[in-house]
Amino acid sequence: MSSLATSSRPLGSSLTERRLPRWMPAANLVLAVLLGLAIGAGFDLSSKLQWGLIAAILFVVIQYVTSAVVEGRRHAKNYLATSLVWVAFLLALLPLISVLWMTISKGIGVINANFLTHSMNGIAINQDGGGLYHALIGTLEQVALASLFAAPVGILTAVYLVEYGRGNKLSKAVSFFVDVMTGVPSIVAGLFILSFWIIILNMPFTGFAGALALAILMLPVVVRSTEEMLKLVPNELREASLALGVPKWLTITRVVLPTALGGIVTGVMLAIARIVGETAPILMLVFGADTINMNPFSNPQSSLPLYVWTEYGKGTDQSQARAWGGALVLIAVVMILNLVARGLARWKAPKGATR
Amino acid sequence: MAKRIDVSGLNAYYGGFRAVEDISMVVEPRSVTAFIGPSGCGKSTFLRTLNRMHEVIPGARVEGKVLLDDENLYGANIDPVAVRRTVGMVFQRPNPFPTMSIKENVAAGLKLNGVRNKKLIDEAVERSLRGANLWNEVKDRLDKPGAGLSGGQQQRLCIARAIAVEPQVLLMDEPCSALDPISTLAIEDLIGQLKEQFTIVIVTHNMQQAARVSDRTAFFNLSGVGQPGRLIEIDSTEKIFSNPSVQATEDYISGRFG
Repeated sequence: MSSLATSSRPLGSSLTERRLPRWMPAANLVLAVLLGLAIGAGFDLSSKLQWGLIAAILFVVIQYVTSAVVEGRRHAKNYLATSLVWVAFLLALLPLISVLWMTISKGIGVINANFLTHSMNGIAINQDGGGLYHALIGTLEQVALASLFAAPVGILTAVYLVEYGRGNKLSKAVSFFVDVMTGVPSIVAGLFILSFWIIILNMPFTGFAGALALAILMLPVVVRSTEEMLKLVPNELREASLALGVPKWLTITRVVLPTALGGIVTGVMLAIARIVGETAPILMLVFGADTINMNPFSNPQSSLPLYVWTEYGKGTDQSQARAWGGALVLIAVVMILNLVARGLARWKAPKGATR
Repeated sequence: MAKRIDVSGLNAYYGGFRAVEDISMVVEPRSVTAFIGPSGCGKSTFLRTLNRMHEVIPGARVEGKVLLDDENLYGANIDPVAVRRTVGMVFQRPNPFPTMSIKENVAAGLKLNGVRNKKLIDEAVERSLRGANLWNEVKDRLDKPGAGLSGGQQQRLCIARAIAVEPQVLLMDEPCSALDPISTLAIEDLIGQLKEQFTIVIVTHNMQQAARVSDRTAFFNLSGVGQPGRLIEIDSTEKIFSNPSVQATEDYISGRFG
């Protein structure tokens, strides 16, 4: 009987096994960091990044070895994978945090009410003061106009691709060109609008011209993300609606689009985040200005990335501080837009989804 | 209210593949007709041809005649949207609209078809939910999301949604296959009540269920993989389950199939 029991359990007769104490990973981490610091200081490595990498590698190795010795290979492999995931996560976070930290620490100094509400009109390059109100207005107006073109056109294109085209030749061609458009560099979009709108049609440099180029850049992102979201809507919902005798267009507008709304909004926000930092087309088409121009349809405007670029290029301490301030405001604008969109998406999201 | 369905010479295709071959049958009004048969024999496909839902699938098409009383559903100038208002459908998996509350789900068919009168809608919602035996369970939380209900309640919600537009015929595609026995019983009781108003066609894999709820039973079969499904026989449920005319039916019902 006992031999039967053991033979049916070839991996060991016991359900208990030796485990590392719960504090062991933390202790290993401390050990690895200390060792990393010691090695870094001992070999006099100049870059702190190297210290960190050494500590990270040491942590993974120590964790694997201790676990392999005490618990066996399966647990050691588990720890190895877990540690690698964590290290990768931290590595990915590193540049993000350092960019944020850099921008905040260098930019926060110039941010005040004056900076946010005044333009650069009449401010010399080595003078304190001045602001980015004109650039903020420019960015908001240009991005709003671009979204006004690109979001409806993009969403409707995606609706065609998913709900009507369904893999016919036209939808395949549209899909292909959307993919090509995704890879179009912003400078090419800018050149296109420059040659078409400004040189051929002889239109002036305006915020509107910049918005056209931004719309071209935004369109493929909106189409692609909306398409993916619409594909995620279960076919059963479409069939349920059609089976109630609801026409197809109402099924799309009242059932499919609301169900996918959260994802669509997120996609549009990602597209906005892509265009809000574009400098090249703005430089070509909006031309830049130091004064406040509220009207995007006449005369040059500025925009935040362009502001950062010109201020940084001036090279004085004062203007570089303003450039960092502009960068910080740009990040803040993107973040606020994102939060607003997430709020909207949550408000409209499918409710009580328990499945 | 209920209408008679008279099908003759019906073939259904998915692209080049013929899924259902040459089906002719009559479905009597104010009765329950059950479709039984092995998986892949075309029961669901055939069911979906009865309210023109088959053609919703890309490449799918239908040949033949389906007479609803005297009108051919596949005749010229027939609007599939109007057909689906007349012939409602309940699906295998409960599929309430996730963005809508319980009340909005039931009212969806009316609202999306342009009914604006609030009083009319409220009445229809209560009548349909009572008709689906769900009213007492949800009357205090009509504004809560429909997806928050249990599976059986969701399925009854879908039945309420289907009968709210007052169809003549109700098609049910394995409505209980995702439900527990208690919810199944609730739905079977409901079918018994609904057949006083509607013509009901139900696809089921559960032979006891077919025996319990239906007046007439149709047995479908296919001669092999890749072959189209055919109607083997249709008769009163009693006869099909006690003394079917075809040997294959008896084999299938008694579990000696294949």
